[in-house]
Amino acid sequence: MRKGNVYLLIFILALFGFALWSIVPLDRNIFGREGLRLGLDLKGGTYLVYQADVGDIEPGTEDEIMDGVQGVIGRRIDALGITESIVQVQKREEEYNIVIQLPGITDIEKAKEMVGLFTVLEFREQDAGGNWTAAQGTVNGEALTLTSRYFKDNTYATVDSYGKAYLIFEWNETGAQLSKQITTRLIGKQMAIYLGDEPLKGEDGRIIAPVVQSVIEDKGQIEGLSLVDAQELSRLLNAGRIDVPLGRWADKVFEPSVPLYERTVDATLGQDSIQKSIVAAVIGIVLLVIFMLVYYRLPGLVACLSLGIYGVLLLAIFKLVPITLTLPGVAGFVVSLGMAVDANVLIFERMKEELREGRSLAAAVEAGFNRAWPAIRDSNITTFIACIILIWLGGELGALMVRGFALTLLIGVALSMFTAITVTRTFLRLFIGSRTVTNLTAYGVTPRQIVRNTK
Amino acid sequence: MIDFIGKKRWFFFISWILVIIGIVSLVISQIQLGAPLQLGIDFTGGTSMILQFSSKVEQSQLREEMAKLGYEEARIQDAGENNFIIYTREISSDEARELTEKLGTELDSQVEIIDYYLVSGTVAGQTARNAIIAVIIAAVAMLLYIVWAFRRMPKPFRWGTCAVIALVHNVFIIAGIFSFLGWLAGVAIDALFITGLLAVVGYSINNTVVVFDRIRENVLRRIRTDFAETVNDSLTETLGRCLNTALTTIFVLLALFLFGGATIHYFVIVLLLGVIIGTYDSLCFSGQLLVVWEKRQWRELWPFTKRPA
Repeated sequence: MRKGNVYLLIFILALFGFALWSIVPLDRNIFGREGLRLGLDLKGGTYLVYQADVGDIEPGTEDEIMDGVQGVIGRRIDALGITESIVQVQKREEEYNIVIQLPGITDIEKAKEMVGLFTVLEFREQDAGGNWTAAQGTVNGEALTLTSRYFKDNTYATVDSYGKAYLIFEWNETGAQLSKQITTRLIGKQMAIYLGDEPLKGEDGRIIAPVVQSVIEDKGQIEGLSLVDAQELSRLLNAGRIDVPLGRWADKVFEPSVPLYERTVDATLGQDSIQKSIVAAVIGIVLLVIFMLVYYRLPGLVACLSLGIYGVLLLAIFKLVPITLTLPGVAGFVVSLGMAVDANVLIFERMKEELREGRSLAAAVEAGFNRAWPAIRDSNITTFIACIILIWLGGELGALMVRGFALTLLIGVALSMFTAITVTRTFLRLFIGSRTVTNLTAYGVTPRQIVRNTK
Repeated sequence: MIDFIGKKRWFFFISWILVIIGIVSLVISQIQLGAPLQLGIDFTGGTSMILQFSSKVEQSQLREEMAKLGYEEARIQDAGENNFIIYTREISSDEARELTEKLGTELDSQVEIIDYYLVSGTVAGQTARNAIIAVIIAAVAMLLYIVWAFRRMPKPFRWGTCAVIALVHNVFIIAGIFSFLGWLAGVAIDALFITGLLAVVGYSINNTVVVFDRIRENVLRRIRTDFAETVNDSLTETLGRCLNTALTTIFVLLALFLFGGATIHYFVIVLLLGVIIGTYDSLCFSGQLLVVWEKRQWRELWPFTKRPA
């Protein structure tokens, strides 16, 4: 029995040491250990949700296409050097949503500009009146507009030996058929590229409208652009190769590029929230520790020790999984601290009762743990149920904050069952086994109470 | 020994008053605002922003300027430190920037949007529906779980039902308080309110389960023959634990309320209220309800009936 306790203690200390090692330092990356991941409400950043217009897509291929869209957006964001970004596809009945989180982004204009590119680029030709209209062709008897969705994703900009820039591109099968029909018709005329109702413009502010010089079938090139324009355009075309427009539905009308949700938090507000949360957590914990020490004495001290271990382990889990910490997540963490104490309170109250009935310390500790267990188990399961429903419906509830809270609370409560049972019990057993403190007053029971209750 | 069961008519009386006030408030809100609770942009669609002014600005001034710029319907909350939270109709981030520039010139202050949040009206209705579904699913799941956990008792369904009635009673009281705050002070509920409510549901059931667990144990030990006395013993025995757990949680929540950020202010209030009411319900309501059911003393529920001789 005692040997088992020593092994358990070694295990707990090793775990604690590892957790401590992995969380220090909290905010930086050292030796490949990532910093604590902060959500955009703590770090500043942008959160965007768009609906996809999958109306033009062949039924049955939606999942595959949305995966493609997710990949394209992800690569684009990575190319901008934004780390820790998250791009997710949510399927809800027949609707597809794209969720984009850009933590730490300070240049909101840039994020928005990038978002504008999630729509499909359209090629246009000039009609007799000089107005730009969609360049169309017919494939399998269907009139289609030539858009960026028919590009292969290998568009690139290059410079020849004379320093002239080219944009090299390739169409897919449908694109090649359309391109052939359109360029045959437009030889010697201009074509422009539109994003919604705005034409793409070059560095010099002029519309990019190359003249068609030959019939383009599967492969082609655009020349006469500056290198910067060519590179920019290749980036746009690769990104604009997204097969579905993103925006939102409003009364059965699709509004491209308008987000369903948008949240932007300034980094200074996030910093302020972090400071306030830390102050709040420290004050709360100090109050908690004082209360536990005054009311439960020695077991209270043990509970505070195991609460310390709990806090360190929880932070290590947040860091290693990693779990993004949001402001409601901090609230969940704080609430879970309160609940972590609950299990200990249950056990100690039981222990006191057993001591009052005249049992020995060792017997009281064992009985306290054994008899408090069903209540701890049953009561925590109800919290699990609430958290699981929140995590499940959290995404649908809209705000990403809901999930943050539920997840931290769930992990916190689960972990608290481990620390309250295993850690506190091991400590208490060792304390009692070593016979350093045998005075029952240290356990919050006066001898008078024992006499009264044992009669 | 405290006589929890003997005073049950008083406790039921208090609960009736709280629930009735809550329902009255919900009805008043329904008449005044068209919804039982002041709905936030998560449920209606719209924009909320936190504006940070470089110099001191009065809320009344800001309201006036907003009205002049065509935002009469905007709700404005003072978040302290020259920060204001503004809830208004859907406006894009560009429009929001224009608005703040105008406000800045009019009020002679540098304005920055430090938090911008837009929710489309199209999804907001769905969110409201999902929130209601979430609360109902939670209640049913808790009921099933408690029926299962107390399956060795003669009538497990009663235990589950009592716990869930207590839960609904808590939700009504908290919803009542927030609807009161809604039509009185313009406090709106958001997705975090629902989150807090569900957490509170979990917490109050957690408390009730601890008490019921003790009742179950005492029933199986057969120390007393009378069920009411067994329940009273159990309540007395769990009193220390219930109060201490509530206190420890209240300590940390209070710290969060007083020193934490303004954006989760009302969320923390929901949690605080939930802990207080959840503790009250597990000591003074759910066990008493179980006794009434077991003994079929239905008249005890209604505080104004004469006690049978």
